Amino acid sequence: MDRMPAWADAILVPLISLLLAALLSALVILAIGENPVEAFRLMVDGALMRSTGWGYTLYYATNFIFTGLAVSVAFHARLFNIGGEGQATLGGLGVALVCLYLPWPHWTLALLGASLGAALFGALWALIPAWLQAKRGSHIVITTIMFNFIAAAFLNYLLVNLMKPAGQMDPATEIFPAATHLPTFQDMFATEASPLFRGAPGNVTFFLALLACVAVWLLIWRTRLGYEIRALGHSESAARYAGISPVRIIVITMLISGALAGLMGVNTAMGEAERLVLNATEGAGFIGIAVALMGRNHPFGVFLAAILFGFLYQGGAELALWTSIPRELIVVIQALVILFTGALDNMVRMPLERVFAARRRRARRTPAE
Amino acid sequence: MTDSAPAIELKGISKAFGPVQANRDISIRVMPGTIHGIIGENGAGKSTLMSILYGFYAADAGEIFVKGRRTEIPDSQAAIAAGIGMVFQHFKLVQNFTVLENVILGAEDGALLKPSLAKARGVLKRLAEEYELHVDPDTQVQHLSVGHQQRVEILKALYRQADILILDEPTGVLTPAEADHLFRILDNLRAEGKTIILITHKLREIMEITDTVSVMRRGEMTATVKTAETSPEQLAELMVGRKVLLRVDKAPARPAATLLEVENLHLVDAQGVERLRGISFGLRAGEVLGIAGVAGNGQSELLEVLGGYAEATGTVRVNGREIPLSGAGCDGMARRAAGIGHVPEDRQREGLIMPYTAWENSVFGYHRDPRYQKGALMDQAAIREDAAGKMERFDVRPPNPNLAARNFSGGNQQKIVLAREIERNPDVLLVGQPTRGVDIGAIEFIHKQIVALRDAGKAILLVSVELDEIFALSDRIAVMFDGRIMGIREAAETDQRELGLLMAGITEDPGGDAIAAIDAAMAEKERREASHG
Repeated sequence: MDRMPAWADAILVPLISLLLAALLSALVILAIGENPVEAFRLMVDGALMRSTGWGYTLYYATNFIFTGLAVSVAFHARLFNIGGEGQATLGGLGVALVCLYLPWPHWTLALLGASLGAALFGALWALIPAWLQAKRGSHIVITTIMFNFIAAAFLNYLLVNLMKPAGQMDPATEIFPAATHLPTFQDMFATEASPLFRGAPGNVTFFLALLACVAVWLLIWRTRLGYEIRALGHSESAARYAGISPVRIIVITMLISGALAGLMGVNTAMGEAERLVLNATEGAGFIGIAVALMGRNHPFGVFLAAILFGFLYQGGAELALWTSIPRELIVVIQALVILFTGALDNMVRMPLERVFAARRRRARRTPAE
Repeated sequence: MTDSAPAIELKGISKAFGPVQANRDISIRVMPGTIHGIIGENGAGKSTLMSILYGFYAADAGEIFVKGRRTEIPDSQAAIAAGIGMVFQHFKLVQNFTVLENVILGAEDGALLKPSLAKARGVLKRLAEEYELHVDPDTQVQHLSVGHQQRVEILKALYRQADILILDEPTGVLTPAEADHLFRILDNLRAEGKTIILITHKLREIMEITDTVSVMRRGEMTATVKTAETSPEQLAELMVGRKVLLRVDKAPARPAATLLEVENLHLVDAQGVERLRGISFGLRAGEVLGIAGVAGNGQSELLEVLGGYAEATGTVRVNGREIPLSGAGCDGMARRAAGIGHVPEDRQREGLIMPYTAWENSVFGYHRDPRYQKGALMDQAAIREDAAGKMERFDVRPPNPNLAARNFSGGNQQKIVLAREIERNPDVLLVGQPTRGVDIGAIEFIHKQIVALRDAGKAILLVSVELDEIFALSDRIAVMFDGRIMGIREAAETDQRELGLLMAGITEDPGGDAIAAIDAAMAEKERREASHG
């Protein structure tokens, strides 16, 4: 009954959560004898103050947008897809097959083909858990997380035994043909006079991610399918009354979700490594859960949260490079942000709701008196 | 304590939830040894007031006196200590505990259960004899009928030595015979000097059993009158704030061709229990067929099958064309295309998506209609305009299509569903519990709409657990019991007594002691279901 205004729910709650996470992180840094203010300055400097830093931040953000959107779309049907990791892994495989075994005249066409391949492989990897959930009631959380392990093992087998060029040591495919190399931010924006984004992996896939945000927004809030997905998510009994088939919606939603997670493979395999390597996803599938939670399952929120986590990733890497703060501590800081923005959401929300309710009561009483 | 001191006196009670003033400056005196009715529409603040009295909410202002002494009731423990017992609308019983275990739960005398159980057994025996509150103390609650579960709730309160009992809508789930029995129990309790507060929205119950009645409207106490000195019409007017027609004016039905034919419908649910056991009936254009029965005798399943979201065997023809009862082509949208509209029993779980706006809900189930499409997207402008028109014609308040369904009152939510289904001009309209949780003002409107649709030559199947509603609207009445139709009667040629017997599965009039026969029949049914589980 005592609801907060929408802006407080969308902005104030995550902001306070972030501040709390930052505060606790500062204490942790203090405890190991480093200066938190200095550390924060270093993170901002490395991730946001130079174009190269942005190049990295946006590269990570691209991954998180795709996996964050994947989690959001599924969540609108109240499906908790935590298999983004596996779906992105298979997406990468789709990209590699398209780039290696089909001849491409130009990167634009290759990007289109690779995107289709990534989406298709990611979607298919989500299909089995989706079907099991829809038809047999096997819980999607259990099946998708198990499929993460299967995907990792499957890719490992393929790379080591089938796709690795003869004589190469590391389990990875050969470099993709030059015609499939995507333009990086450096290729697009740097000139002789101003060498922007030098060496950063951020590439044209970022714009594909922005397009995906718009597409997801249209899908969820403007199409019949989105209407049915949300209806099922809010009330399965009502959906059945209306004649919306839960089986059909669960399968279609998971296919879309898997496809979005799969698209991340375009960024990692085609945009950055230019070949398929083991563990290219680096946990981005799981970060997607935090991104979706923090972004309130709205594409714009997902976009902002993805940028934030991109900053944390890149800033964290800078910290590891320039200070004696160990790499593990950076993971701790990232985990604190996830903990506060995701898991401990109600800790901030409920007191805040009470504050707003009290303010409203006062506001009502004052004019009367 | 003197005899003239009220058992309960509330002075100036106020309570607000956010912007909603649920109770405003309420004062009431309940005299000992009386049954005091509190009547009001949904949302009038009856339940809030009783929750304050039972310590669930703290009042913003006001005082409570129990037996003449000012009493603070910060929690339910304090209410029990003051001698107040509450029987909730939704029982608070542990299903897999026995009656005895439920009675002592929270009132054990020590760490060991045995002495408490023995004591409770004695007390229960005495109470059963004193007040006709018979329940087998060793049966698990899940095997009891709803009426018996309610008796356990009353026993719980009496075991805690309550002499002031609050009952919140106690007859909502009972057959007429069970309700009669409950009233006999209440009568006995009153005779023994207990004080009873009866919360209800049914005028008939107030007139039948109470000594005094207080009327609430929009959080305020509008009147307290002696029951003997008032009439249902006056009470209804006090509740709604204007004159209300309690009977629906309708011309005699002029039924025409049969639009819906149902033959030998069978349905076995996921637990293997047969919910429909060979249902057959015909429904003609221009008539209302009422399905009466105690909740849970297959009416919901019948609606689900006809509405296309439960699979069954048998034959159903609409306009002479057979429709599939399972597999492909058996879903809500196919049924709508075949000319069946459906106002479901539970608007919050089925008829509406509560977080969706009114305009989104106004096409729910019809959202695939091309007229709501613009290219690949939904045509929001067209749907909004459509919704605004429906809301105006059905007097939905506030008439704002952008408001979420959960922000409308029960009656207005129901009007949104009704507008959606009726304006599609279906040949057959299924209507389940059309006025459950709906205020009196809206009931009148909804009933008029249903009769108007009948007069327009449509066939209407009405399922309701309210016998008054069945009688008010139906031209013919079918009674369901245990998955079967026990009989179909012309509405003009039957009465409450005959239907009451049919509702308990008794087709032969047993003569004098109908209630005993009903009790026996219900017990038999419970036994059969318990053995199945």
